[in-house]
Amino acid sequence: MNFPAIGAIYRFEMARTWRTLLQSIVSPVISTSLYFIVFGGAIGSRMTDIGGVSYGAFIVPGLIMLSLLTQSMANASFGIYFPRFIGTIYEILSAPISAIEIVIGYVGAAATKSIILGIIILATASLFVPVRIDHPLWMALFLLLTAATFSLFGFIIGIWADNFEKLQMIPLLIITPLTFLGGSFYSIDMLPPFWQRVALFNPVVYLISGFRWSFYGKADVRVGVSLGMTLVFLALCVTAVVWIFKTGYRLKK
Amino acid sequence: MFHTIPPPGAVASASIVSVSNLSKTYASGFKALNCINLDIRRGEIFALLGPNGAGKTTLISIICGIVNASEGTVLADGHDIVRDYRAARSKIGLVPQELTTDAFETVWATASFSRGLFGRRANPAHIERVLRDVSLWDRRDSKIMTLSGGMKRRVMIAKALAHEPMILFLDEPTAGVDVELRRDMWRVVRALRDTGVTIILTTHYIDEAEELADRIGVIDKGELVLVEEKTELMHKLGNKQLTLTLQDPLDCIPSGLAGYELELSPGGRQLTYSYDKTSEETGIGPLLQALQAAGIAVKDVQTKTRSLEEIFIDIVRARS
Repeated sequence: MNFPAIGAIYRFEMARTWRTLLQSIVSPVISTSLYFIVFGGAIGSRMTDIGGVSYGAFIVPGLIMLSLLTQSMANASFGIYFPRFIGTIYEILSAPISAIEIVIGYVGAAATKSIILGIIILATASLFVPVRIDHPLWMALFLLLTAATFSLFGFIIGIWADNFEKLQMIPLLIITPLTFLGGSFYSIDMLPPFWQRVALFNPVVYLISGFRWSFYGKADVRVGVSLGMTLVFLALCVTAVVWIFKTGYRLKK
Repeated sequence: MFHTIPPPGAVASASIVSVSNLSKTYASGFKALNCINLDIRRGEIFALLGPNGAGKTTLISIICGIVNASEGTVLADGHDIVRDYRAARSKIGLVPQELTTDAFETVWATASFSRGLFGRRANPAHIERVLRDVSLWDRRDSKIMTLSGGMKRRVMIAKALAHEPMILFLDEPTAGVDVELRRDMWRVVRALRDTGVTIILTTHYIDEAEELADRIGVIDKGELVLVEEKTELMHKLGNKQLTLTLQDPLDCIPSGLAGYELELSPGGRQLTYSYDKTSEETGIGPLLQALQAAGIAVKDVQTKTRSLEEIFIDIVRARS
């Protein structure tokens, strides 16, 4: 293992976060706070509890997941796309570093950033609504797995994209709608029976359900199924990354 | 300057880069390299010349791991660049043609990053030496975006040297830089070679190769046309020219001088005679006698060796 190289990429990426503190941390925290004010405060006060949990508290895991998914993808995709765009990728490709080490560096940094962000949002949420965590270890596991999985997914997007539009396309057109429709702001039980069945095809449902279970012990699907689906998506992303480096797809001519 | 590069080992082989039967065909079907065989000697400056699209950058990119070869093998200090890529790449530094830098990073941070990326533990003393050597020490805390083009080029060199490579590839190191900076770059390259670093540079500027290189390779249409010691190449192909400035202009070359390969300049003021300087009999003596016999008075005499540029153009033209 080339640990100095992993460390160099990781530190470089983390340094970018501190340089762009407003964009990386402050902006998501402000937007999440607005969600709590609007959904938790204004609308939530007129809604009944869901499974014994106030609406404001109910949406906390979903909102953390929303930020975790979008920020993991944004950080990792930009992290690898930008060197490709400006040409500094030559240095990564010519360095004595393996594919797995490159991935650990970029994905590790992206996941770290989104986990920090998730924790900040959790802390922010607890200022607005009473939050409790029944299963903290499971919460940490879901946080870690989701951050790692979607950072990997973002890394794949960053390699696939050959312009800035494509870089934004999948997060905006696919992931954000899936997250909103995946139960961030409601329980799947609240949907008509037909749409409940449709919702089960949305992978984000499993992430949010499992994560919410770790907070309040209540879930739309069994926690084992949630964990299994998360691991399946992680395995798919790992397979895609292995293929990318094996073939040199979009990296080497 | 540049006292940090490890000298070549006593038992090391003479060839530090060995390219065997290397070919590259891109996905588009374009064959960029065709069966290249090349050995770079330890400690030399090797200049790779060739017109645009000849395959220079593709060759360098394959050796450095940026482009995959279609066929053939490359050894860097005895290590296969594919099977043993870690050992091979750790020996190599690359300064690409394009000025690709992280604009928001500082000079110090980017050089330190490069060292770490190549698996070397942090060594602030080495980074300081490199930055001093390329005259960037005073700008170590400056963001790269604030530097001039010449300074950015030196940042690229500092990054390539941060991990103490034995082999340095310079792809068009002085493309688009002014004359003063070009001379500065040449000084840097020579100083590096003096420390034992093997340097392979590509260039469009023939005078650069003439000035710096120990050996010269000419690549054209993906084929290595020749590899020769620079002095040998100049000796073998560098015919000399004798230019005679005449007292009175001539309308045409007199019939008595028809046996000599003479060229009359427009205006008839100069006669140019090409001769093989390595030959026992250059023909200069008889020519001067013939001129005297023809009553042609000579005002001035000048000799000139054919430049590498002229040799290069002849080689490339002969193939097209």
